[in-house]
Amino acid sequence: MTPAMASGVALQVLQSLLVVLVAPLVTGWVNICRAWLQNRSAPSIWLPYYTLAKLFHKDAVIANTASPLFRITPYVLFGCMWLAAGIVPVLVTDLPFAPAADIIALVGVFAVARVFGALAAMDTGTSFGGLGARREMMIGFLAEPAMLMTLFTAAFISDSTQLQTIVETLAHREFAIYPSLAFAAVAFLMVLLAENARIPVDNPTTHLELTMIHEAMILEYSARHLALIEWAVAIKLVAYMAIGFALFLPWGIAPAGDWAALPMAFAALGAKLALAGAGLAFLETLLAKMRIFLVTEFLSTAFLLGVLGMLIHFLVRG
Amino acid sequence: MALSLSSQIVNLLAALLLLLAFAMLAQRRVLTLIKLFAWQGAALALSTAIVAHATGQTHLYFSAGLTLALKVILIPWLLHRLIDQLNVRWDIEMLINIPTTMLTGIGVAIFAFSLAAPISQMASTVTRSTLGIALASVLLSFLMMIVRRKAVPQVIGFLSMENGLFFAATSATYGMPLVVELGVALDVLVGTFIFGIFFFHIREQFDSLDIRHMEKLKED
Repeated sequence: MTPAMASGVALQVLQSLLVVLVAPLVTGWVNICRAWLQNRSAPSIWLPYYTLAKLFHKDAVIANTASPLFRITPYVLFGCMWLAAGIVPVLVTDLPFAPAADIIALVGVFAVARVFGALAAMDTGTSFGGLGARREMMIGFLAEPAMLMTLFTAAFISDSTQLQTIVETLAHREFAIYPSLAFAAVAFLMVLLAENARIPVDNPTTHLELTMIHEAMILEYSARHLALIEWAVAIKLVAYMAIGFALFLPWGIAPAGDWAALPMAFAALGAKLALAGAGLAFLETLLAKMRIFLVTEFLSTAFLLGVLGMLIHFLVRG
Repeated sequence: MALSLSSQIVNLLAALLLLLAFAMLAQRRVLTLIKLFAWQGAALALSTAIVAHATGQTHLYFSAGLTLALKVILIPWLLHRLIDQLNVRWDIEMLINIPTTMLTGIGVAIFAFSLAAPISQMASTVTRSTLGIALASVLLSFLMMIVRRKAVPQVIGFLSMENGLFFAATSATYGMPLVVELGVALDVLVGTFIFGIFFFHIREQFDSLDIRHMEKLKED
């Protein structure tokens, strides 16, 4: 093993662990910002960790009708999100793991998680599970094309579908205004809200029967399974934010093999995550949850913006 | 990618213009539609002013000022007064649903882009790449006139079509001669007045601004 490879592996392990460990903190931060904006007294930022610890210590209750799929799913979800966190350049672009999947495969990883989640939700045969699963699949199939279009825009600009290449190209270009990237950024934000069950599409804190989507899917889970799912949801949010940073705010991510740039990368990541979390909370306070049938319009708008971004890239290239 | 800053800004504004055309296509409320129309005029005026600055064509400053006065201030104000007097701040219903309209709009935009590509390759202006966007916004306004049923949104579609044509003229040949532009501006203003009078007549006749009722006028 050459030193360069060793450093790469070390950075890969560092980044993967960092994302998984920091994810609940980001969720906590979003919750705090939301509480502040809504004039409530804020919970502790460590609350998601306490919740996870509490859930891990409880005994799991599983329905008699549940198949092995139901037990496997939390681990699959967690694994998929961890994999995604290992592929997206968060701290460094030099990740030995990253060539395993480009942005298209990354969307596929998220899709695997979604399919397993939906199957497990329908597995126990409760009505809420089926309802949540159907809604989730509807949102997923509308959000996925929009997501791909957004990613293609960035891929066309940097002539690569590898996230690390995209980050390196975009971070080291001369400053220019890219109308196509602006469109893609708005589309990506809309997809992020939809995919992470955030407010205009789904309310992450509700347990109201008629409106819940994500919560309806995981109603049957308890204890360590629930903890893993909650954790996976937190990692998913951070992974999506990291994709957004990689495409639209790629500055501050350390280049390959540059350990000296690492503290700077840490600081940049912390600042970006704090800002993104506050922004997310702000958006969620500002917007109202929409009717489920309006989600079609919301996501077709995202798709439209993604396609327009791509078209405009071809039109005004030079 | 060695574009000057001004042409980058013009490209950005062109993209904004296209986005606003799509937003108008998908908008249900008359009031928001008028606001979007005013924003489109503002983007147009700004991009014309920047083209004037970049190319030194002073007459474009006049057309930018004209656009600002007419399409951002006067016509939206007239339309506001109109919908107040007609009492039509209601929601617009669409002929086909919004996602379908948008997908059709994407098709129209792609058509316009491919149509404009050979022309922009021959042109030598700094704004040549925006010709496709101008053409797309003309066609999108046209589509908006087709899918709307009520008279007021149709007129707004017509006015925004004029915006698109104006932008096309700026991007292909740095605008028309000032006399022509003045004439067009006056026509648009007079047109708005006449449409306003028509609205009252249509409503008096049919108790509604739904243009389907006009089919009754046909002689069998």
